[in-house]
Amino acid sequence: MTDTAWIDGALTSARPQAVSALLRYFRNLDTAEEAFQNACLRALKSWPQNGPPRDPAAWLIMVGRNVAIDDIRRSKKQTPLPEDEAISDLDDAEEELAERLDGSHYRDDILRLLFICCHPDLPATQQIALALRIVSGLTVKQIARAFLVSEAAMEQRITRAKGRVADANVPFETPDAVARSERLAAVAAMIYLIFNEGYSASGDTAEIRKPLCEEAIRLARLLLRLFQSEPEIMGLTALLLLQHARADARFDSDGAVILLDDQDRTLWNPKLIAEGLALIDKAMRHRRSGPYQIQAAISALHARAARPEETDWTQIDLLYGALEVMQPSPVVTLNRAVAVSKVRGAEAALEMIEPLAPRLSNYFHFFGVRGAFLMQLGRNDEAATAFDRAIALANTSAEAAHIRMHLDRLQRDAKPRGAKAGK
Amino acid sequence: MLYAILCYHDEDHVGTWTKEQDAAVMQKLSVVQDKLTKAGRLGPVARLLPTTAATTLRKDDPPVVLDGPFAETKEQLLGFYVIDCKNLDEALDVARDLGKANPGGAYEIRPVGMFTPGSVPS
Repeated sequence: MTDTAWIDGALTSARPQAVSALLRYFRNLDTAEEAFQNACLRALKSWPQNGPPRDPAAWLIMVGRNVAIDDIRRSKKQTPLPEDEAISDLDDAEEELAERLDGSHYRDDILRLLFICCHPDLPATQQIALALRIVSGLTVKQIARAFLVSEAAMEQRITRAKGRVADANVPFETPDAVARSERLAAVAAMIYLIFNEGYSASGDTAEIRKPLCEEAIRLARLLLRLFQSEPEIMGLTALLLLQHARADARFDSDGAVILLDDQDRTLWNPKLIAEGLALIDKAMRHRRSGPYQIQAAISALHARAARPEETDWTQIDLLYGALEVMQPSPVVTLNRAVAVSKVRGAEAALEMIEPLAPRLSNYFHFFGVRGAFLMQLGRNDEAATAFDRAIALANTSAEAAHIRMHLDRLQRDAKPRGAKAGK
Repeated sequence: MLYAILCYHDEDHVGTWTKEQDAAVMQKLSVVQDKLTKAGRLGPVARLLPTTAATTLRKDDPPVVLDGPFAETKEQLLGFYVIDCKNLDEALDVARDLGKANPGGAYEIRPVGMFTPGSVPS
């Protein structure tokens, strides 16, 4: 690696800790961010000459705080401009600060920073954008690219989010156990959102949006290091790792979706799978189940099957059943129906999803799955109607193309299919 | 004499490497490893999964299982080599070579007391 690469790496990895500590000092996101930026500029000047400090985060916090305090003083015109030397003698200061840094503050600082980003007043897209900007330190340009919007639009979205957060008055006192676990749940949900934003990309945008998945995994790992004994955070991290392990197998070279059954499993990332499996194993030991752990356990069953036929669908059906109890949702039931179709056949699965129709009448996957069940039962005309509806509801071109493939197959199987086939 | 070279680094930092950066480091390390393999001096090499996947067994009575690595430090044990060297100087030479290929962090060099090469497939 080149000389600057290690600095970039050190700055990136120190960022969450440094920004969140600076936020504790200044209680203002913009000031904290600016202080961190200034500290980074000084690091770029100082580190190549003096080598990396023992604790980069402590160095950045110290320098960032001093520069910001000087700026504030200067703007108040109360004191003369400080000498540069006043902040360059860092060795002693670093030591003192490093001592105060370790321990509980650090954990609650980062949690607070993440929590502020996922404030309930913010719509999901703003939460994600804010977290990527503030915590991960992605540039507005990078975020805009991942969201497929213009830089100006993203800039505006982030500014608006910051404004709302500033008005929201998140308390800076150390949270009690209840508040802490509430924060943790909110933050976990936000990380899950970031991942989904990247994961739900279509084939042509998957590469561009991949950083969202990778950032979500990085944040999940960060959270897990802070809360090492939280089974749900283990579950969340495992879930993201196991899903992301399939990234390279999910689309063909034309960007079309490849379903789980048809994926080339040798393209799955064995390292991510190994880590995900280790984490879900660890989580299960705690016997405190939760939605993330169950989803990760389902994902793990897929990961453990070297071939689709080896998938333990009975177990998956049971796990979805448990998830339905914990988090009742028609989407969960729809997923369960897929497992049911493998275990008890398409008839039973179809019966299971019929009651969902009123609630999922605008949901692409409902009609895709329904069409597939009907097709398995040989009810091709009804299947075609369901697929037509799915295409109308498709969110991405890849989704539409995938359904069209089913339709083509139906038409091939039964050439004259009434008026529609003639078109 | 067998020496174990234990690889310590800041996990946060290594975690920021992109797949490409990671592959580049591994490539550079493999050059050093190949040299040792040819000389018949390279024993098992292991890269460990992140410490978040670690579990610790405290041998109290009764034993306690804890989540996380053994020690909470800034730099974590990320992997290890076992190499055959005449003496500590030789082992340090190897560590220096490895260090050039992958700067940052630290290596701990420990003489190995008992060694079984093992038989698990890599």
